[in-house]
Amino acid sequence: MLDLTYELPKPKVIAGAKHDWELVIGMEVHAQVSSNAKLFSGASTKFGAEPNSNVAFVDAAMPGMLPVINEYCVEQAVRTGLGLKAEINLWSAFDRKNYFYPDLPQGYQISQLYHPIVGEGEVLVELGDGTARLVRVERIHMEQDAGKSIHDMDPNMSFVDLNRTGVCLMEIVSRPDIRGPEEAAAYIAKLRQIMQYLGTCDGNMQNGNLRADVNVSICRPGQYEKYQETGDFSHLGTRCEIKNMNSMRFIQQAIEVEARRQIAIVEAGGTVDQETRLYDPDKGETRSMRSKEEAHDYRYFPDPDLLPLEIEQAWVDDIAANLPELPDEKKARFINDFGLSDYDASVLTADVESAAFFEETAKGRSGKLAANWVINELFGRLKKEDHSITESPVSPAQLGGIIDLISSDAISGKIAKDLFEIVYTEGGDPAQIVEERGMKQVTDTGAIEAALDEIIAANPAQVEKAKVNPKLAGWFVGQVMKATGGKANPKAVNELVAKKLGE
Amino acid sequence: MTELNKLTLSDARDALRKGDTTSVELTEACLKAIDAADALNAFVHKTPEIALERAKAADARIQAGDAPAMCGLPIGIKDLFCTKGVDSQAASGILEGFKPEYESTVSQQLQDSGAVMLGKLNMDEFAMGSSNETSVYGNAVSPWRREGDDAPLTPGGSSGGSAAAVAADLCLAATGTDTGGSIRQPAAFTGITGIKPTYGRCSRWGVVAFASSLDQAGPMTKSVRDAAMMLEAMCGHDPKDSTSADLAVPNFEAMLTGDIKGKKIGIPREYRMDGMPAEIEKLWSEGAEMLRAAGAEIVDISLPHTKYALPAYYVIAPAEASSNLARYDGVRYGQRATVEAGDGITEMYEKTRAAGFGHEVQRRVMVGTYVLSAGFYDAYYNRARKVRTLIKKDFEDVFAQGIDAILTPATPSAAFGLGEMTDADPVQMYLNDVFTVTVNLAGLPGVSVPTGLDSKGLPLGLQLIGRPWEEGDLLNTAYALESAAGFVAKPGQWW
Repeated sequence: MLDLTYELPKPKVIAGAKHDWELVIGMEVHAQVSSNAKLFSGASTKFGAEPNSNVAFVDAAMPGMLPVINEYCVEQAVRTGLGLKAEINLWSAFDRKNYFYPDLPQGYQISQLYHPIVGEGEVLVELGDGTARLVRVERIHMEQDAGKSIHDMDPNMSFVDLNRTGVCLMEIVSRPDIRGPEEAAAYIAKLRQIMQYLGTCDGNMQNGNLRADVNVSICRPGQYEKYQETGDFSHLGTRCEIKNMNSMRFIQQAIEVEARRQIAIVEAGGTVDQETRLYDPDKGETRSMRSKEEAHDYRYFPDPDLLPLEIEQAWVDDIAANLPELPDEKKARFINDFGLSDYDASVLTADVESAAFFEETAKGRSGKLAANWVINELFGRLKKEDHSITESPVSPAQLGGIIDLISSDAISGKIAKDLFEIVYTEGGDPAQIVEERGMKQVTDTGAIEAALDEIIAANPAQVEKAKVNPKLAGWFVGQVMKATGGKANPKAVNELVAKKLGE
Repeated sequence: MTELNKLTLSDARDALRKGDTTSVELTEACLKAIDAADALNAFVHKTPEIALERAKAADARIQAGDAPAMCGLPIGIKDLFCTKGVDSQAASGILEGFKPEYESTVSQQLQDSGAVMLGKLNMDEFAMGSSNETSVYGNAVSPWRREGDDAPLTPGGSSGGSAAAVAADLCLAATGTDTGGSIRQPAAFTGITGIKPTYGRCSRWGVVAFASSLDQAGPMTKSVRDAAMMLEAMCGHDPKDSTSADLAVPNFEAMLTGDIKGKKIGIPREYRMDGMPAEIEKLWSEGAEMLRAAGAEIVDISLPHTKYALPAYYVIAPAEASSNLARYDGVRYGQRATVEAGDGITEMYEKTRAAGFGHEVQRRVMVGTYVLSAGFYDAYYNRARKVRTLIKKDFEDVFAQGIDAILTPATPSAAFGLGEMTDADPVQMYLNDVFTVTVNLAGLPGVSVPTGLDSKGLPLGLQLIGRPWEEGDLLNTAYALESAAGFVAKPGQWW
């Protein structure tokens, strides 16, 4: 479907003391489903509410309370699955993952171990240098988020905030297809982009709405290819899982740090223990989360409070029919229809709002010109003030108006930049501003000629020099532009200067 | 008129409608009986103020000609049901002082139907037990005694307080719950009627969970008619319980014609256990004979996987319970053990749960944790689930053969003495459920009907098992059996 072709990126290689090593990475991304209510209760999911104010009886696991599935969350999970071109399981089921913790009121998390709602899918991860990797998604399942334990408010007590308890998460599990820290970050960025397009997760990592557990192992060059041929994991090293990362930067750092730790162990003749680790960004190290004695046995079993989740193909088809255009398709279309470069198309499709802004600006106009103005002028200006595209004071109609004035030769590119600044800071209709402030390009050759004649008359020595060295003609052009306040049509000026000096 | 508290639900209803009595009079008679029966330890939280207030409201509705089915009828509620603002602690120490902010769907429906709550009834802790001896309140005592013997007897369990209260006329009826026989066994032990409806018939919302895939609420009453009447008020679809069936509720009472001509009643040969007391065997064959005399056809049937039911049950029920009871951790409500300096969260959990749960609950939590643990899951839990599927299929097969209901003993014996099983292997106690657990595993409706007395004058019951969702037909067969058996014995009042 996509006619975009990419080369595979090279796997990250780390030189150990003895050998070169490659990285193998798989990720479990936890994405908070965009939904007003929780997965099994009507309580609000709003971020930043008073502690323990968004808590239904079932969230607090009061005796006798029962979960009832929120259909919208199911729809969002299906939509996400479709967005990742994944298989949708019409029959799925919920299981209980049992463990004790104060921020887990039920003493179990309702999840989908045995029968997830979404099966195998894929994500095209572009690295920005023309390379890309198709990362396979193994599954997506729905599960409840836990609450928040707060240990630093009181020296003797811990506190628990259950607002987040029971919020619907999608756990998106990848295959070990990711081969380096940059790819890992690009994978999450792409997932986030797709989910933002779909409206299924806002992707806000700072608020914890998108977090990742990263599985890292190392192998000698060539081993990964053997694993790929056979599917046999024994060709790969033992993996460690780095838990709960919610920053792209830390994810990349943690992967590198963890890989180096494993390399040091293996090169010293040791073996890597399969375990769960935490990344400490202050110390720049990963450390073991729990000892073997504390290893959890989650005692998963089917949740008897919930019937299997059966959905109909027609319902799935309906969701599929109403999917928005996804980033890969949009990018391909921008390249094909507007003649944009791969880079420009990527930048403009990074988020739905930018893409929409561009499309509206480019409607009936030169795509390339529109792309230049959106990317270079508008984005640059917005970035200066740390504004997002949705906060842009310039509308697509206004920016389009500026572009129209350029295209019709009414203003020069230089004047256009001044005009943009005026529209950005003061607002108004570009054509009217140009009219009122006399910014229109002078194409009247009579006026230009008069100005030029004056300059020639005043600088006879220069004229002589220019006649010998035609490169000096530019000085006259500059003088004319200066005399006309930059409004003279540069093309017309060039022609006249060449003509006059040639006489 | 006889003492008002001795009326059946249906007689009291008719008397109220005729204006022969009032709900306040009925309620006061029950409250008086309750106060005089502390020796039975049936009511563990009395709510006389709520009762009288609701009775007055019911009388007003009756006067206004706006009386729903259960209007003005005083009943008891098992402590497993959460009742708003009223202690609801599932007979466990860990929920001591817990007053929910919500009302269970079943008790709410009864309230909406005009029923008057007299208080909360004793039970085994978290409904785990067959003798009511695991209750934190101490055991309820059966109003029945063996002839010439003062030894206190069990009312059965887990709904022992409900059974004792109904049998002793402390209330006109009571709610029970049944996970493996907890309605039917105590009903049989105390000479009353109890029905566990089809799984999904009554909402589980607001009922403290023991084993979610097996738990069902049901009525415990003085007659089959009362059971039909009260079940209708209790059941129905509840969107708050995902396992609640979205099916219309028939008028069960209207289906009690007593006509069972041509019905096929199955007698499962696997229920004829080795060492079954002759009295039980006699009761069973007499029951079959009564149904035959009423026009039913008695058919010998086979339910081949019956012998695996009890072990499967005692894997599945504890497995679910171990997870369901994880929420009682002392963090948010109920009791929290005192922790010492240096204790962490693990110590808080351990001390809270060690102090708050009784031994039987601890045993089942441990068994359940074990059967779900890595390496044992397939051997125990998964195998038990497979057995469950086979047991369900056994029933489907006989129903497919045209069997309308299955007749079995309700219990392997009459009520035993309190304390008699204290030193026994816990499995001995679990054997009480041998005839009843299959019904929960298969999700079927089962009703226990008193049909006779043993040689010591203690009541014995027979169980009828019906097709799923056909409680009306099942109750009609039970009604025919009740009519034929003519069981009228009552315990002599010693308390």
